[in-house]
Amino acid sequence: MRPFRYHRPADVADAVAVLAGEPHAAYLGGGTNLVDLMKLGVQRPELLVDVTRLPLDAVQELPDGGLRIGATVRNSDLAARPAVRRDYPVLARALLAAASGQLRNLATTGGNLLQRTRCVYFQDTGKACNKRDPGSGCAALHGQNRDLAVLDWSEQCVATHPSDLAVALAALDAVVEVHDADGARDVPLAALYRSPGTHPERETTLARGTLITAVRLPALPAARRSAYLKVRDRASFAFAAGSVAAVLDLDGDVVRDVRLAYGAVAHRPWRAYRAEEELRGRPFSPELAARAADAELAEARPLRHNGFKLPLTRAITVRVLTELASS
Amino acid sequence: MSAGAVGRAYPRLEGREKVTGTARYAVEYPTDGVTYGWVVPAAVVRGRITRVDTDEALASPGVLAVLHHGNAPRIAPGPQPELWLLQEPAVHYRGQFVAVVVATSLEAAREGARLVRIDYDTGSHSTVLTDDHPGLYKPEHVNPSYPTDTVEGDFDAGYAAAPVRVDATYRTPAYHNNPMEPHATTARWHDGRLLVHDSTQGAAPVQATLAELFELPRESVRVIAEHVGGGFGSKGYAKAAVVLAALAARHVDRPVKLALTRQQLFGPIGYRTPTIQRVRLAADADGRLTAVCHDAISQTSTIREFAEQTAVYTRSMYAAPHRRTTHRLVRLDVPTPFWMRAPGECPGAYALESAMDELAIAAGVDPVELRIRNDAAVDPDQGQPFTSRNLVACLREGAQRFGWAGRDPTPRARRDGRWLVGTGVAGSSYPARARPSSASVTARPDGSFLARIDATDIGTGARTALWQVAADALGVPPERVEIRIGDTDLPVAPLAGGSMGTASWSWAVVRACEALRGKLRAGAPPGTEVSAEADTTDEVGGQPERPRYAYGAQFVEVRVDADTGEVRVNRTLGVFAAGRVVNPTTARSQLIGGMTMGLSMALHEEGLLDERYGDWVNHDLATYHITGCADVESIEAYWLDERDDELNPAGVKGLGEIGIVGTAAAVANAVHHATGVRVRDLPIRLDKLVGLSGLA
Repeated sequence: MRPFRYHRPADVADAVAVLAGEPHAAYLGGGTNLVDLMKLGVQRPELLVDVTRLPLDAVQELPDGGLRIGATVRNSDLAARPAVRRDYPVLARALLAAASGQLRNLATTGGNLLQRTRCVYFQDTGKACNKRDPGSGCAALHGQNRDLAVLDWSEQCVATHPSDLAVALAALDAVVEVHDADGARDVPLAALYRSPGTHPERETTLARGTLITAVRLPALPAARRSAYLKVRDRASFAFAAGSVAAVLDLDGDVVRDVRLAYGAVAHRPWRAYRAEEELRGRPFSPELAARAADAELAEARPLRHNGFKLPLTRAITVRVLTELASS
Repeated sequence: MSAGAVGRAYPRLEGREKVTGTARYAVEYPTDGVTYGWVVPAAVVRGRITRVDTDEALASPGVLAVLHHGNAPRIAPGPQPELWLLQEPAVHYRGQFVAVVVATSLEAAREGARLVRIDYDTGSHSTVLTDDHPGLYKPEHVNPSYPTDTVEGDFDAGYAAAPVRVDATYRTPAYHNNPMEPHATTARWHDGRLLVHDSTQGAAPVQATLAELFELPRESVRVIAEHVGGGFGSKGYAKAAVVLAALAARHVDRPVKLALTRQQLFGPIGYRTPTIQRVRLAADADGRLTAVCHDAISQTSTIREFAEQTAVYTRSMYAAPHRRTTHRLVRLDVPTPFWMRAPGECPGAYALESAMDELAIAAGVDPVELRIRNDAAVDPDQGQPFTSRNLVACLREGAQRFGWAGRDPTPRARRDGRWLVGTGVAGSSYPARARPSSASVTARPDGSFLARIDATDIGTGARTALWQVAADALGVPPERVEIRIGDTDLPVAPLAGGSMGTASWSWAVVRACEALRGKLRAGAPPGTEVSAEADTTDEVGGQPERPRYAYGAQFVEVRVDADTGEVRVNRTLGVFAAGRVVNPTTARSQLIGGMTMGLSMALHEEGLLDERYGDWVNHDLATYHITGCADVESIEAYWLDERDDELNPAGVKGLGEIGIVGTAAAVANAVHHATGVRVRDLPIRLDKLVGLSGLA
């Protein structure tokens, strides 16, 4: 692998400044994805700025009832926090459905959000991939694409975002706190990720060198009735074949509010606004849930090998909502 | 043999070293002046190297050399054409190792490999197996030396006349061996002699191959394989890593460590060929087979013929008057397939034991009873009586332990909440063979004994089993016996493969121990060492030809999510008849390991080939799924107390492979029982079952 330098910044400002001055630098969190990609030659940074010693590892319960999660909080630690388990079970379940215990012990909150697609063509420098090598083509479009997108893909890229955590955060309307050369600012999670379009190499709206410092969850009492359902090809340690994060707030049997997000269907965690609209204000029933999923998936364009994602996503939508409704 | 160690559960002799990390594997030996090799795979499927530009690589820090066909030391054509590496510009398949970079560190070698520029002329290629491929042909024989086709009676007439018939085609994908330790070698030359520490299933075959390639007398090559992190067949003979390491070490005149990456295992080391298998069964109204036909198609490479014996299982498993089996091959622009746990028997049994389940349903006969009714007293293929055949006993005991009695055969009739539940059964068999071996045993003045044999322990527990056998053959407690294996300086012995390691090695160990006891009885000068050797070549070669097989019955209960199609295995239970069991601890480990691998084959594993690139794109363990612990909820292996005096002195049949045979069919049969869906192309993944409830 390419030789690289290593820097441990004194503080967030130092981290951002150092990265800004280096055209081929990357932040290092848990390294569970980046180090693999470096070995594969997919990412070839000349400098790693290790942010794991920065004071970004706190989880704070906010006065308004929300939660602020430091960017370097490890996935295992976050999943075990009583406040997360109590107030945002969807988040705890999404974290624990991901990867393996060893990986969760290392993986950070910020790094999880910025992990790269597991599209096999992206991860192999011998194959065409516009995300890795812009202009080289998308081998996945007419290749082995069972794991890839059914929504919002482009001719240039059919990759999916691999994170489970991000799907839960999308449902919770999380806000991402970032720091760049101009200082700190907030980015709603919904505005963090980009569609692949003609530039799949650009995955987020963050400018190069921007550091995620925290994720903030707004107060959402309804989230106490929330769940994450992940379906995968084996019982553990696999990326999702389909997943859904759901928050359901019922008034009697009428849906007062609902938050739904899908994983494994698109280039970004997919907030299912259309399905929510279909559900809101109506008496809940499994049939309604199925109709809602259909509304969301109406514009889906399955690829050669992934048509199963439509009935699967529909099925898990119905199941997760029905279980929440009866809980 | 005195009663004693054999049959008792001992932990592995090297267990402590393994779990504490002190057991040394092939590239873990401290080596002065060592360098590191990194292979460069071909980036085209078929073609010819026109230029190799090594300037940038050689300029990279730490890089010592780049070997390729233009500058590598010359080697003789060996027994396997794919080992004639770095000798010619031809590329036969994508991923073929076409260069090796040697550097002072692993990282520098890897970076150097990235910087090697190779230009190719390329041609068209064909990499996908189909049942109408224009290149289909009939090989001369199938592995290792079975007739390609067999015919008894008149299948077509028998099939046409039968009241109950099944005609089904089953498909299995490419499966990739993924031992924990990759193919890895440390090689060094000294005074014209070659020493390698290699991750192999047989040091002796590696020694022979290296001697041939490098044109050396055998005694100038020493191969050590003290601990081996799995092989499953893929390390059965010398492979690319050891040849490249030896070439590189000669070229740079320094020791070289070379280990393949996980990605590089997918193809170049061999893989289980994809198969397309048509099985036709006909029976009378009671389910008694009248006609059996198994037509198997598989692939080989353009380099060498590898003809998997897929339909051979069907020749000896169940009796019928009209029988036919055929094998056809296609030469594709792919790496040569190779052995993977129970080559032939494993995919063949998936097809036949699935078809038997379909026949049971068609005939209205319980699938356990159907197999019992079709048991064979004599080998249907050879016409000779089996030395022992306890398939029926395995089926009966398995059915009893599993709770099979009273099973309602109706598909999709059992629910546990959202789960559809079903059960399935399959038979299994695997040949019980032995090969000639030698061994030596020494009595030391202090009353201890040293047994020496170039056997290999690839994680099976072979070292411990041979130690037990030696102790009993010597009539002493095992604590007084020391055993050394895994080194060509020890008496020559066959590889660990074909479930014949323990049978072959223990035979020689027993004979050496007997010879030593003879010498000791004759009297030995006090205070001296006394040694005896044995070579079983004549005895093994003189053994009468008889059908010798291990048998088993596999029972599986699955649940299938009626909405999502997820398949989970509640229970896996196998009962086996495999001769004498030397060590119940390691025997059980072998059996449940095989069963788990069969479960993995049924539900998870699939090499996904991209025809345009001509290689498997899911070439790591994140994307090529292997069954994990959470997928194995309950697994039980039992064995019958089987005595067969026509095997070998230890009375063993071998346990390495029988556990995987039949498992995938039992899972597929259980999935059908649970859902009513017959999946005939493995793996059985949720996309083939999603939405059964109609909800989705």
